[in-house]
Amino acid sequence: MSAPPTRTVLAALLRKDLRVELRSFESVPAMALFSVTTFVLFHFGLRQDSLSGDLASGVLWVTLLFASVLGINRLFVADAEQGGFDGFLLSPADRSALLLAKALALLAYLVVLELVAVPAFALLLLKPSIGPALPGLLVVLALADIGVAVIGTLVGALAVRTRARDLLGPLLSLPMLVPVVLGAARATEPLFATHAGALPLRWLAILALYDLVFALIAFALFDFLLED
Amino acid sequence: MAVLAALELRALTRSYGERLALADLTVTLEAGQTLAVLGPNGAGKTTLLRLLATLLRPHAGELRVLGHALPQESWAVRGRIGLLGHEPLLYRELTARENLAFHAALHGVASDRAEQLLAAVGMERRADEPMRTLSRGMVQRVAVCRALLHDPELLLLDEPRANLDPAASELVEPLIGRSSGRTRVIVSHDPAGLLAEADLVLGLVRGRVRLLAPPDALDPSALSELYR
Repeated sequence: MSAPPTRTVLAALLRKDLRVELRSFESVPAMALFSVTTFVLFHFGLRQDSLSGDLASGVLWVTLLFASVLGINRLFVADAEQGGFDGFLLSPADRSALLLAKALALLAYLVVLELVAVPAFALLLLKPSIGPALPGLLVVLALADIGVAVIGTLVGALAVRTRARDLLGPLLSLPMLVPVVLGAARATEPLFATHAGALPLRWLAILALYDLVFALIAFALFDFLLED
Repeated sequence: MAVLAALELRALTRSYGERLALADLTVTLEAGQTLAVLGPNGAGKTTLLRLLATLLRPHAGELRVLGHALPQESWAVRGRIGLLGHEPLLYRELTARENLAFHAALHGVASDRAEQLLAAVGMERRADEPMRTLSRGMVQRVAVCRALLHDPELLLLDEPRANLDPAASELVEPLIGRSSGRTRVIVSHDPAGLLAEADLVLGLVRGRVRLLAPPDALDPSALSELYR
């Protein structure tokens, strides 16, 4: 029997993941709630409702990072607990379709998270208006989300096959995501300054390069992570 | 003309860490035949099924399935094996129809095959309900459909009639029974039922072969010895 087209498998995997999430609400609501709660805590904890510059950028990205880890930890759980891994491995489908589908699913979760988190951040903590920063911020969010999705998928696949997956997920993903958060925070910093500056291209290039390197690593390693 | 061997196991060994799960197993099964596997809990029965299904790698010995050496040529036999194990390999949040459409896409099978199978096991009226709302017997019927979607040459069955009432057992009989004409490996704790449909009986205890003979050559006391 020949393998089905990768595009068909990818569409089936992605449709399945989004359906499961839409019906179980296991990841995205937790991620969104965590980020909004964190902004509320910062709002009262810092006794400031008007952050700008590097502090605003840092608060936004660290919060998004920790919210992402919640999604990364849950990314493969339904597959591991309900036999989806075995079902996939028994099929002749291209293994890389699973990597791509999971990365796209996580990317979708991150986009929904940011649709909630960024307005909440602007409302609760940001001093300058979000409007002028928005086009630049969207570019940074896109590059950072790709990095989080690729690294998160790689780490999620590794952690879910272990007994200590709840511990291993954050332990592995947080150090690997530090360069993403650092690059994203530095790139966002001038956008959140009282007098908004230009988007620093150097940090965007670093983010893009980091995304590319990890995409290649994930593509090379993913098959081995799925095997016994 | 030589009959093609569907399974050839030579000194097959597999362990989990220090614990030997399967040791020095040598069996040959011809195409179209049924191997019955018996033994107490922890005997290595499920490990054997997972090795044959390409989900585990042997640690020593040789394993050929449908003429291909594993794990080197696993890609050539995936999609030709149907596994019906302890887990149904179905997502609880998806309906039976959605689960089967998902697995059909993984195997490159047209979705009308799923409809035929759902009708054959009497599940077409409940096929749009989430799996989590179905009884265990109904889930098992859908799992039978999932295992047979791609018309596998080799069926690996672990307690295939578990949770099925007599009427449901009759429904699945033409699909997974001897009359299906497929090569089968069946694990069960019901020796009486199993011997009637076996061409060869394998008894395992703590991963080692205690019994290997055609059913008509079996000493009845040897069977009861397996469970002492």
